[in-house]
Amino acid sequence: MKPPAASDGMVVYDGVSKFFPVRARPGREDSAELMVALDRINASVRKGELITLLGPSGCGKTTLLRLTAGLIVADEGRITIAGTPVTGPRKDACMVFQNFGLLPWRTVMGNVEFPLEIDGMGAAERRDRARDFIELVGLGAFAEHFPHELSGGMQQRVGIARALMRKPILIFMDEPFGALDAQTREQLQEDFLAIWSRTGATVVFVTHSIDEALILSDRIFVFETAPGRIRTVVESQVAAERLGGDVRAHPDFGKCRAELREMLRSEP
Amino acid sequence: MTSSLEMPPRRSVPAPQLTWAQRLREVLLSPNAIRTASVAVFFVIWEYYGRRMDPIFMAPPSAIFQAALELIRNGALEKALIQTLWPFAVGMALTVVIGVGLGIVMAQWRTLEYVLDPFVNALYAIPRIALIPLIILWAGLEFAGKVTILVSVAVFPITVNTYSGIRDVRGGMLEIGRAYGATEWQIFWKIILPAAIPFIMAGIRLAVGLAIIGIIVAEFFTAISGLGGMIVEYANVFATAKLFVPIIVIALVGVVLTELVMWLERRMSRWRQLERERF
Ligand SMILES: Nc1ncnc2c1ncn2[C@@H]1O[C@H](COP(=O)(O)OP(=O)(O)OP(=O)(O)O)[C@@H](O)[C@H]1O
Ligand SMILES: [Mg+2]
Repeated sequence: MKPPAASDGMVVYDGVSKFFPVRARPGREDSAELMVALDRINASVRKGELITLLGPSGCGKTTLLRLTAGLIVADEGRITIAGTPVTGPRKDACMVFQNFGLLPWRTVMGNVEFPLEIDGMGAAERRDRARDFIELVGLGAFAEHFPHELSGGMQQRVGIARALMRKPILIFMDEPFGALDAQTREQLQEDFLAIWSRTGATVVFVTHSIDEALILSDRIFVFETAPGRIRTVVESQVAAERLGGDVRAHPDFGKCRAELREMLRSEP
Repeated sequence: MTSSLEMPPRRSVPAPQLTWAQRLREVLLSPNAIRTASVAVFFVIWEYYGRRMDPIFMAPPSAIFQAALELIRNGALEKALIQTLWPFAVGMALTVVIGVGLGIVMAQWRTLEYVLDPFVNALYAIPRIALIPLIILWAGLEFAGKVTILVSVAVFPITVNTYSGIRDVRGGMLEIGRAYGATEWQIFWKIILPAAIPFIMAGIRLAVGLAIIGIIVAEFFTAISGLGGMIVEYANVFATAKLFVPIIVIALVGVVLTELVMWLERRMSRWRQLERERF
């Protein structure tokens, strides 16, 4: 198999594997074996596209995202972002966390300005920009509230605003709407798509919901478990309907969903 | 499209209006009114029985008040107060710095933890009172001795709380900093330390109580200065009315300091309170 060239895409995975030690039996620490969490992943994410990593629990989606974000290191292969190998977290690639990842002692404003505070930007300038993004995610009236005074959906809007602060070229999202109720989730999916379409950022989005994958993505990387591999990459047939329309109303939605379910269920 | 992003502004509801009778009831039955009444009744009973007892054992509040006026007028109280509060302030500042510093060092560097924890555990296990004669031998009876005794008595809750506060910071919290490219230094100042503040403040609150005990005990031993010295001096000559004056001053100082620290603690841990109310 020919490894994809680095110039092909925004994120390129070239034979990426990750092993985790299986806990050794008590008294026999030397017997630790390695478990293959990800097995030689080859894939490429194009610039400006929104892809989802879809798969059952434990297939390694989070692991691949954390590898891409530079939070952990691959045991084999390499990952490049915009042509540069990943060696650690990059400032132009920002993360939205599953459990929102807000700092509870900071207000909405304090949380959103955090990335630029890290960058050493002056307080006035970064607050101006934070105010714009807080406004953008619809939380203008809540800038001085603490995370625990907000609903889950509102907290994740803060998480999104924070991720946008550096105007990143790449956004990582690990089941960002997984902790929300169905209605809030749909609202956030819709709002996030609207925001994303204006930013031009590339998005790598982890989910285990087939509907969510269909609603959001250009392409879907379908995973299989033990060892974690990408089984197929599916071009979404309904992607064109995402913005402004209702993907669920698309005549092919049911068919696509059934196909994906079949793909996830059947072992090869 | 953007219209769906807007949140409706919060509606404010006017507080319900109370009638005069309800308001009066509320004032009379308020916690502070009950507290004041309770203390007043206590003093009346004390005055009544205090006058009927042998003045060597008991003094009524009126006699204590007279004694207090005398001690204020001749400057003895002011002198003793300064002799106690000055080393108290210095000792407390040192306690916070050393306590928090030790806690941070032990929580952040495994090696230093292993180097230090036998000593910390040993000192924690010994009743610090047992060390006072030794400390006096080394540091003397005056300022340095008092400060050393105070620190040795009060420092541990701060160290222990700082340590557990830092260790309690979840990996997910640190990952926020790492994912956003914060340096180790920034992660410490912007994530680890703020997350540990409620623990540290609780440690400081405990330390203030211990520090008051520490400094008075130190002054009992040295018996030549400060409010503690005053107590020993008047007790030895059975000047019971005067004896009560430093006791009451210490009680007042203790209440004021504890309230102050609790207020600070509430202010700095507001987020944690919100978190607790939520879950
Ligand atoms: N730090 C770690 N140490 C050991 N094993 C790990 C670690 N992180 C992940 N694993 C293992 O790697 C495998 C993949 O985990 P991962 O969290 O990537 O799955 P996932 O696809 O995100 O699942 P989910 O949908 O439940 O979040 C799992 O078997 C998990 O137990
Ligand atoms: Mg996961």
